[in-house]
Amino acid sequence: MSLLSVRDLTVKFAMRDQTVTALNGISFDLAKGERLGIVGESGAGKSITGFSLMNLLSRPGFIDSGQILFDGEDVVQMNDKRLRNLRGNRMAMIFQDPMVTLNPVLTIGQQMIETLMAHRKLSREEARQIAIVKLREVYIPSPEERLEQYPHELSGGMRQRIIIAIALLLDPQLIIADEPTTALDVTIQADIMELMLELCQSNQVGLILITHDLGVVSQMTERTLVMYAGRIIEAGRTREIINDPQHPYTQGLINALPQQTVPGQRLKQIPGNMPGLASIPQGCAFNPRCKYATDLCRSRVPEIVQYGEVAVACHEVQRLHSDEDRQEARA
Amino acid sequence: MKDANTDRPLLEIQNLEKRFDLDHGFLETLKFKKGKFVRETRSVHAVNNITLDANRGEALCVVGESGCGKSTVARLVAGLLTPTAGEIRYDGQRIDNLSRGEMQPLRKKIQMIFQNPYASLNPRMTIRQALEEPVRHHFPNASAAEVRDKVTEVMLSVGVDPSWAKRYPHEFSGGQRQRIAIARALTVDPEFIIADEPISALDVSIQAQVLNLMLEAKESRGLTYLFITHDLSVVEHFGTRVAVLYLGSVCEIADTATLFSSPKHPYTRALLSAVPQLKDDRPNHIRLKGEIPTPINLPTGCPFQSRCSFADARCKSEKPKAIHQPDGSLVACHAVEEDRLDAVAAG
Repeated sequence: MSLLSVRDLTVKFAMRDQTVTALNGISFDLAKGERLGIVGESGAGKSITGFSLMNLLSRPGFIDSGQILFDGEDVVQMNDKRLRNLRGNRMAMIFQDPMVTLNPVLTIGQQMIETLMAHRKLSREEARQIAIVKLREVYIPSPEERLEQYPHELSGGMRQRIIIAIALLLDPQLIIADEPTTALDVTIQADIMELMLELCQSNQVGLILITHDLGVVSQMTERTLVMYAGRIIEAGRTREIINDPQHPYTQGLINALPQQTVPGQRLKQIPGNMPGLASIPQGCAFNPRCKYATDLCRSRVPEIVQYGEVAVACHEVQRLHSDEDRQEARA
Repeated sequence: MKDANTDRPLLEIQNLEKRFDLDHGFLETLKFKKGKFVRETRSVHAVNNITLDANRGEALCVVGESGCGKSTVARLVAGLLTPTAGEIRYDGQRIDNLSRGEMQPLRKKIQMIFQNPYASLNPRMTIRQALEEPVRHHFPNASAAEVRDKVTEVMLSVGVDPSWAKRYPHEFSGGQRQRIAIARALTVDPEFIIADEPISALDVSIQAQVLNLMLEAKESRGLTYLFITHDLSVVEHFGTRVAVLYLGSVCEIADTATLFSSPKHPYTRALLSAVPQLKDDRPNHIRLKGEIPTPINLPTGCPFQSRCSFADARCKSEKPKAIHQPDGSLVACHAVEEDRLDAVAAG
């Protein structure tokens, strides 16, 4: 059975003059210990998905319909007590900016020990020992001294390690990481990615990695969801999606990367912008930016259906393929 | 115009240094040491002895991680900061010691694009006002119609619809704002553009749009760029030459193709290997020990020694000088000079 099973999740935001849909019928599964990437640009709904999974949305956002089954129990229906047990204990979250996540007026030790004692029946000393073990796991040198330090005394990379240690403190089954390395330098990012991969694999922890960086997804995850304007538009094994993307948006996203073009040549850009939530176009949300768009695309939202190795939400995926085949045959 | 000078680099930076004092005022500099008071000023060594130049039509990229001094270099060249030591020459003329008035004619030639288009546009000015202001300032004799034509022309060239001119910045997306910021830099027909992380705040598909726009402007206007970034894939695409900075010092300067095909400095190698690759699921990056040391009280010797696996006694005592390599790159590393790098790698 899968660890997490999301079914038809719809999230709305009640604004003053209208209600907008931020997530529209999201469904996916995550097996125990699996690493899943959620990719998309700002406004695609990837962070909202992360927040919804822990039922952390606050007004004006709310879960309108759908189920989030975690270990068989629906997170949407949980009462506050069950949610407290869920958050931190069974599911943990890592955010982008390590400076904002840590409390600046508490020492690292206070923050870690407090978390442990809130969730488990432990003495202060026992909690301290667990904290030290966890800091060692994330390769923090001299952890005893770090416990006495405040967040501002540590570098960005060190802080993000400590946040990972805190996330792992209660041995959760799932970690949701929202752009965990975006604020870090490349060499530090590479270290943190390696560390997260190692910890997830050795402890059989599931990972949902939310990011805009296709390179990071490619190195960290087994499966990937691509989101656009509140819907999943492509899902499948990461390798398949990176090597042979099916949806015109995914193709555009990968082709727009500078690595995909000869240096000095024009990049293959996607025209236009991601639509705002209040002005999502009729039919397929991507149609105004898509060169394959037809009347059908402008009137009806495509269902996500299995196409070869991946699932794609595109009316024209068949035609797209025959086009490619024709081009290949000609070449 | 000045044909005699065309073989001379447009921008020359020589032995540039910038220190920011941490202790201001008499009382802050007083320290109690070994039973007596001594005066001591701590300072951040942001830029240390950098020598660099950019030829006409070139896109010189400066890369490095946070705190390496790349933005400080940009601000020094733009005249927004005054160097502690060293010289900056533009088109043969020394520009680092000019007064505000003397700098004025150069501000028309040198324009800057900043990272965050949410902060660089005045929220209370319409796009037209924001774009017309630099033209009016630098061409005081231009008629209202000329100013308007100029602004319309530039707006069209960066793909911003001139009918949007009455709107305010908050009505635009990040990518559109960055286009407007670029348009503002281009309205005064500059020769040289300093771009400090111009696409870092933008989404991938929008990054491509803005980068294409900058490439187009380079070709159609013959611009020279000083491009500051941390993103190596952008450098490979956009840059003609690259300077890699670490802790305020230059590690390596090379043509883009040379740098990416045969990086020499151990830091450049680590930096290149750390970029997450799309098609390669076996991350195989060179792990650096520790983190960037603080730029206060720099270590003697090579700035990179504390994280370098090739560091020896000489690296700890003597700061390496940039030395020309057979393929034209400049590398500041004792291990490269002594040919120790590949010997270790092979053994």
